[in-house]
Amino acid sequence: GAVWVAAVLGLIVLPSALGISLGISEAYMWVLVKTLEWATMRLQKGVKKPQPQMPQTPAANGIIERDETPMEKEIARLHRADFEFSHIFYFCRKGFEAIVEDEVTQRFSSEELLSWNLLTRTNVNFHYISLKLTVVWVIGVIVRYCFLLPLRFTLAAIGITSMIVGTTAVGQLPNGSVKSYLSEVVHLTCSRILVRALSGTIHYHNKENRPQKGGICVANHTSPIDAIILTNDGCYAMVGQVHGGLMGVIQRATVKACPHVWFERSEIKDRHLVTKRLREHVADKSKLPILIFPEGTCINNTSVMMFKKGSFEIGGTIYPVAIKYDPQFGDAFWNSSKYNIVSYLLRIMTSWAIVCNVWYLPPMVRKEDEDAVQFANRVRSAIAHQGGLTELPWDGGLKRAKVKDTFKEEQQKNYSKMLVRNGSIG
Amino acid sequence: SVSHSQITRLYSRFTSLDKGENGPLSREDFQRIPELAINPLGDRIINAFFPEGEDQVNFRGFMRTLAHFRPIEDNEKSKDQNGPEPLNSRSNKLHFAFRLYDLDKDDKISRDELLQVLRMMVGVNISDEQLGSIADRTIQEADQDGDSAISFAEFVKVLEKVDVEQKMSIRFLH
Repeated sequence: GAVWVAAVLGLIVLPSALGISLGISEAYMWVLVKTLEWATMRLQKGVKKPQPQMPQTPAANGIIERDETPMEKEIARLHRADFEFSHIFYFCRKGFEAIVEDEVTQRFSSEELLSWNLLTRTNVNFHYISLKLTVVWVIGVIVRYCFLLPLRFTLAAIGITSMIVGTTAVGQLPNGSVKSYLSEVVHLTCSRILVRALSGTIHYHNKENRPQKGGICVANHTSPIDAIILTNDGCYAMVGQVHGGLMGVIQRATVKACPHVWFERSEIKDRHLVTKRLREHVADKSKLPILIFPEGTCINNTSVMMFKKGSFEIGGTIYPVAIKYDPQFGDAFWNSSKYNIVSYLLRIMTSWAIVCNVWYLPPMVRKEDEDAVQFANRVRSAIAHQGGLTELPWDGGLKRAKVKDTFKEEQQKNYSKMLVRNGSIG
Repeated sequence: SVSHSQITRLYSRFTSLDKGENGPLSREDFQRIPELAINPLGDRIINAFFPEGEDQVNFRGFMRTLAHFRPIEDNEKSKDQNGPEPLNSRSNKLHFAFRLYDLDKDDKISRDELLQVLRMMVGVNISDEQLGSIADRTIQEADQDGDSAISFAEFVKVLEKVDVEQKMSIRFLH
């Protein structure tokens, strides 16, 4: 018992506090990568039928051929655009294509893997191949559940407790540079402990573009862990709704040390109030940059969906950040309609690791002739492009809500314009 | 015939559409697909999956309806030449489209039915008079026996030059 705690403190917590690495995580990752490579080779050898070469990104190719010919080209013939019975074929096929495979709903469930990564949960399409593989899988289960899980849980407990205790302690100090400095130390240390609690390996790129004070950091959203991934390398003022339970305790403690922006449930519905408070925060150049996820909900990290324009109306400098997880080591996506937060954290802690790349993009400001929506789209493009994600004009809110009628009305309008265009009707 | 991997994929898709996880799909399950919900003929397409009077479709029914969209060249590989006509034959594809227009299922497309479908496609953007003229002209051109309605035979004749196979097929990539 005591030896265990001492080992954890000495090998993990202390280095986290000092920001140094002992190389244990690196060694673990090396072993893991080699094992998964071996498993992939065995799987490919074990497959009896010769398979056609699988494309590198299943998401990009999809399962069916999509015909992207626009309505006008498909339906109109030369100068005649009068109604014909055959026009129905266009809408019919588009409808059936969407039924077989649509661009939107697939983003709300986990990405499919190209090759099995020895986790039961991803074993959908892969069958029994060999005894050796099964043995390795069993060893993997034992390692993950009996060794890694308790270790990670301990670390998470230490990290969260330190966060609450540390920030409450720092919160007692009078406001000033000492308090700010200590607050940053506490936040960074606890964040690092939590990252180790997830066996996180994060590669940060272009650190010179890191968000500055008085700015707004926006990133694509995949999971609640995103915040920890970012705070591992810098200090931010969090923005969000006040929760109950443990989360609420953490929120109340941390806001004493650092001016995070927490909203009551009633306040968050008032868009003007939210914008006003954020504007005040951003105007104060001594305050930490705020962290916002404009998609508003978790997406499965294969695409970036519509950015809500609210964050882009505040003004100030936007620091875009792209986060891309490597699904081979563990699925970071939180499918909130399928798993609650506790199940989700359990799944994360029994994965191999969380591996991700974070790119800090150069700061952006709204141009004179741009409105908030155009600016939001410009930032979104930059993030999608950097992270290798598809850009989708759809709202992440479609996870739960129905699509607005205006989109259907737009389709109807386009079709009508085609029919009426040449003036010859009837 | 449909390959094993295609069936697996479609089954996977079927279950992912089933939000309540109670087995068969309901109309609401289809309407949750945004690209289908914004399709002007979305409701007619969804309707094609549900047999008369039913509110549920199981995987078998799902596959049966989707089978209409298999490319015709798949049939050349099938050895069963004496069996019933496959669902994805040119004639059956046309029949499927015909049924989208034939709202009351009386094997005729009346002026009224055509107007209703047209209204779905154009929304509020064209007046009743203009739409009426379009419907009249269309029926007049296709109607051969003078009953002011379009039978399936007349429908087929009008579309004889159209590449139905290409327009009403969905190809799998693997």
